[in-house]
Amino acid sequence: MRFLRLKPGYGEIVLAEGDVEVAEQERALIEAFRRELDAGMWAAVPTETSDGRREAELVKSFAEVPRDAERVIFFPRAAGGAR
Amino acid sequence: MLLGLATAGIVLSALVWELSRPKVAVRVMRARARAREGHGLFGSSRGGARELDYDPGRERRAEQRARELLRSCVNEHEWSMYRDLGFLRVYGRSGERYAYLIYPHKPIVSYVPRTGALLSEYCVAFPDHSRPYGSARLPDSDDVLAKWMALRADERRLIADANMHLPGRQVDPQRVRRDLQRLARWEHEQAGGGAAAARERAVA
Repeated sequence: MRFLRLKPGYGEIVLAEGDVEVAEQERALIEAFRRELDAGMWAAVPTETSDGRREAELVKSFAEVPRDAERVIFFPRAAGGAR
Repeated sequence: MLLGLATAGIVLSALVWELSRPKVAVRVMRARARAREGHGLFGSSRGGARELDYDPGRERRAEQRARELLRSCVNEHEWSMYRDLGFLRVYGRSGERYAYLIYPHKPIVSYVPRTGALLSEYCVAFPDHSRPYGSARLPDSDDVLAKWMALRADERRLIADANMHLPGRQVDPQRVRRDLQRLARWEHEQAGGGAAAARERAVA
């Protein structure tokens, strides 16, 4: 599983990468996940339905991330634009 | 004689220093101000050495990466739409009764696909307050991806977070109507192209 973050001036950067089946790596992923949410990021998991439709799922905790997800994308929280 | 010349030299040096001191002080102040501006715009001081971070190709490379990521997240039809037209059309959760046009760094525009009537503009941004390289703006395709993910995942939440306006506040309605016509033509061509390819496959 890879954690990516959308970042100005970079495109995406890889925050963390690990195997959720390996306890130590899973702990590192959980820590990275918390850090990003504490920093005000949203986390989304791109998914694909059985009929091939592309979707995304917003997750609020690491427990909500599907175990077989290949990547979680962090991006800045939405804010209302120009008034 | 020698003593007299030395004394005259010291007096002359003191006089020159006194006369030039204001100009020197002004130059030093300007140099410090320039250094501060340079620090803010272009780089940061690390380990005592000023590192020049300004890179004119950075935004282009960032956008290139962002396009690849967007491509890997949306389906082929949506990617082709964005590549060819510069925006994405996403249907609302309740089916095809209404849809959204997602533009990079512009409000999301909702409309009725059946009639082409424009409904609202939703101004939403994803500012990165850490401001790497001085900007809080994501690359264009990352902004589109963030809107797409947020709409697909939680349409109501994104719309609730956005500032809603009537059409025309920021995006020219004429431009949106032209984009809808372009989209219709593009989809017609895509469908025609697909049918033609199928015919060619059948003949082959």
